[in-house]
Amino acid sequence: MNTSEVHVAVDAAFRGEWGRVVAALIAQTGDWDLAEECAQEAFAQALRTWQRDGVPNRPGAWLTTVARNRALDRLRRDDRGVGKLEQLAALAATEERAPSGTQPAETGGVPDDRLRLMFTCCHPALPLEARTALTLRTLAGLTTAEIARAFLVSEPTMAKRLVRAKQKIQNAHIPYRVPPPELLPERTTGVLAVLYLLFNEGYSASAGADLIRGGLCEEAIRLATVLCELTANTSVTSEALGLLALVHLQHARRAARVDEAGDLVRLAEQDRNLWDHAEIIDALALLRRTADSGPLGPYQVQAAIATQHAIAPEAAATDWPEIVRLYGLLAQMLPSPVIELNRAVAIAMAEGPAAGLVLVEALETSGALGDYHLLAATRADLLARLGRNDAAAAAYHRALELVGTDVERRFLSRRLAEVAALAATESSRATSGAADRTALAADSDISGPQAEPGTPTS
Amino acid sequence: MQYLLLMCFDETAEQRPGDDCRVPGPGFDALATWVSETEARGVRLLVGARLELGADARTVRDRGGVPLVTDGPFAETKEQVAGFQVIECADLDEAVAVAARHPSARTGTVEVRKVFNDEVGWSASQA
Repeated sequence: MNTSEVHVAVDAAFRGEWGRVVAALIAQTGDWDLAEECAQEAFAQALRTWQRDGVPNRPGAWLTTVARNRALDRLRRDDRGVGKLEQLAALAATEERAPSGTQPAETGGVPDDRLRLMFTCCHPALPLEARTALTLRTLAGLTTAEIARAFLVSEPTMAKRLVRAKQKIQNAHIPYRVPPPELLPERTTGVLAVLYLLFNEGYSASAGADLIRGGLCEEAIRLATVLCELTANTSVTSEALGLLALVHLQHARRAARVDEAGDLVRLAEQDRNLWDHAEIIDALALLRRTADSGPLGPYQVQAAIATQHAIAPEAAATDWPEIVRLYGLLAQMLPSPVIELNRAVAIAMAEGPAAGLVLVEALETSGALGDYHLLAATRADLLARLGRNDAAAAAYHRALELVGTDVERRFLSRRLAEVAALAATESSRATSGAADRTALAADSDISGPQAEPGTPTS
Repeated sequence: MQYLLLMCFDETAEQRPGDDCRVPGPGFDALATWVSETEARGVRLLVGARLELGADARTVRDRGGVPLVTDGPFAETKEQVAGFQVIECADLDEAVAVAARHPSARTGTVEVRKVFNDEVGWSASQA
């Protein structure tokens, strides 16, 4: 076997097996650092051995065995390791005794501990930023340097964050297990929130050329797929599928949402031929499976909203009344001013800008969204559509004071220039007429309809 | 695993929550219910006690051989430790679940801290 073929095989094994190998070793030794180091050594060993002997039939089982032997070697050399060593030996013995037919074929006889690992990485006792980092390190196998770049912090800062998280798991004795049924729905919501956050980190960054940040989308999709497989036929299946469908529907638009200059293109103006229609079809199939697999939850509703956009042949054909209904449902499940804002935008599309403006101004009066730039931007857009260009320009100025990212700043500046020009020439009588113009907050791909699924507190 | 539950209250409040737990009545019953529920789920209650006011505490420091004794609690905050309970249970999730059902959680706050090196154990280190 030549070198490049071996590299391809090891890369594929790394993507598919890293999390499984690490999860199994943590289960067996309780030592997170040991697990990561031995997994790393097993993959290094694979590069050498597979070149000589060829790729084994079950790469995952091969890697797990090599990693476990490494762990055994290390523990033997360490006095404190004796207790763990006995557990490892006992475990190896039971696995050898187990008849080969009892394990699901796809796991290659290796018990799959990744679900336990996911729940532990996303435990509510850990800070949110540590949950995402730990998930990427232990389940997806990203290096500390890669994770640091993805979250725009220095490598030492990220290293410290990971060390602290692992210490907390150890010191507070955070359990390494799939939660019992009474905690399962709440904890699954926590895992889904982490995966959606990972996806959004990548998605909001993909306007730039940073491939590692963009790669977070693929990692989030991969992990969500694993979560769906591992939680099949449980009380949380439908929401896991809902999240997977949602991220696929958003991911399917990736080629259309940025123009040649790297600027974001609003949903209504995207070239729908550039959407990944195969991915959309897959997502719709996932969503259909949720119907008979459990209760309706916020991720399924968000996926249903994304579906309405995905199936509209052109922006003008979007079923806005249905989207209004779905946002109403979502607002009942997760009362949040951000969802109210999105609902207001949908109402503006379904019933006209004046109807939307009433709700947006009510939100403004309530103060619930504080200095949220998309509130001002939405108000500006609705005012412009009503031909009130002076007021719209003032609202765009306000939004520009509050906006955080350059991409959005450029977008808002362009819009401000447009309405300012209209106001100046006092051609405001000419109604903007763009009935199909979606407001910034309405699934614009700048904000995305974020449901902010709350992170549970215990 | 052993965890320390620290019950904390605002001492400046008129009546300290739980003041009624020593005499028969709703507070007493609530605590008794918690004890029996906690033991029923297999969690052991080790040492625990209700404390007098932090305002009545004395705080001692020794820096270089001469003890410095001051009046009042270690930290001058409104919320003070009013009681503690050491429990033995499976893991952090169980400790939090037990703490969440303690009557003090409804009126004050309960901090959940794992006992350091609890393989040695609370009772063993007491001996």
